[in-house]
Amino acid sequence: MIPTDVAIVRTGTANLASVLAALGRLGAMPRVVEDAETVRTARRVVLPGVGHFGAAMHQLQAGGLADALRERLAAGAPLLAICLGLQLLAQGSDESPGTPGLGAIAGVATHLPDTVRVPQLGWNLVVPDQQGGIVQEGHAYYANSYALRETPEGWAAARTVHGTPFLAAIARGPQLACQFHPELSGRWGAALLERWWAAC
Amino acid sequence: MLTRRIIPCLDTRDGRVVKGINFQGLRDAGSPAELAARYEAQGADEIVILDVVATDRGRAHALETVREVRQVLSIPLTVGGGVRAVADAERLLDAGADKVAVNSAACDRPALLTELADRFGVQCIVLAIDAARAAEGWRVFRRSGSEATGRDAVAWAIEGTASGAGEILLTSIDRDGTRSGYDLDLLRAVSDAVTVPVIASGGARTADDFVAAVGAGADAVLAASMFHDGDTTVTAVKQRLAEAGVEVRP
Repeated sequence: MIPTDVAIVRTGTANLASVLAALGRLGAMPRVVEDAETVRTARRVVLPGVGHFGAAMHQLQAGGLADALRERLAAGAPLLAICLGLQLLAQGSDESPGTPGLGAIAGVATHLPDTVRVPQLGWNLVVPDQQGGIVQEGHAYYANSYALRETPEGWAAARTVHGTPFLAAIARGPQLACQFHPELSGRWGAALLERWWAAC
Repeated sequence: MLTRRIIPCLDTRDGRVVKGINFQGLRDAGSPAELAARYEAQGADEIVILDVVATDRGRAHALETVREVRQVLSIPLTVGGGVRAVADAERLLDAGADKVAVNSAACDRPALLTELADRFGVQCIVLAIDAARAAEGWRVFRRSGSEATGRDAVAWAIEGTASGAGEILLTSIDRDGTRSGYDLDLLRAVSDAVTVPVIASGGARTADDFVAAVGAGADAVLAASMFHDGDTTVTAVKQRLAEAGVEVRP
């Protein structure tokens, strides 16, 4: 078996090369996986996400990955969710009405307001509610049309404003979920990935 | 607040960066991975690679270029050139692109934008429009500016975003490589007409041209020769933008 210390979940629509390259620069040996057993037992799991909420959820349901991820979340096992990955943790999204999310956190992702350019493409300021957590203030790269608003109970939140304030990231021990792309957020993003890695 | 992006563009052919004037007379400007890493270190917010030759052999070179750049780059990478089908985009994304730019093939068949957006999401699909002034308004050209399409640039931007493009990369053929400033009227017309971000391209000479482009509605500004030739740096441009009151990533 190939030695690995981080498993990246294949959601079918995500662009994995940037995540692989960023983890590789950290010195990690990432492996792309699609079996539920590995998602349950891997030391660290990354849930990337680009694309459509409904398509990604169907992919996760089909392979039993959704249950494996719910178990990881409930157990507090190391997990990094990126972009759509954060929204998948929630109850659902206006992007795919009727398709339930993993339901690990409260809230439904809603469309960003039409007073600003959507999709949000570019660098925006991330401000944590409290200092001293894993997510520090700085500029992160976003590529999203939908976002969550409510802070889930038991998680530390960071916020960004694009027309309206929304959840930039939530963290709870070795579990981190970001609406932005840490793997594309330059030195700031690399430093965040390093802190997450160290917290696992 | 969402900051304005500075995007160095690498026009590549057979694994090298090239640059021409008005899309003609290409000359060598360096290694893609070296230049991309240098621009990231200077504070670039994104890198665009446009592969100017899309033959079969050239395509293999382009994928190798994307792989090499991805290894050194921790900011977003947009890649265009020869994307005619979902499979072409998939190969570029697998190699390390974060977004794909589509130009000629979308002019021929706008449904391609919908197919790409359905598969990868609108935030992944950039519609590249090469436009030139006409008696009235601007006309769209395809195949690196060599063929007129008869389309109106503003109407095409509206149709393209309705079809699935999540961003417009707007190049003025009249200004490209001439260093006479962006075509601000074109920029204003397109950015007023669409709700997605618009990247200004073609004609930048000084940091003040970037300030003017932002004033005309650009969400991001792209330039090639002014950075390749070492006239200025991304750092210097961002400093000038900040002085002019434009919010940029520090």
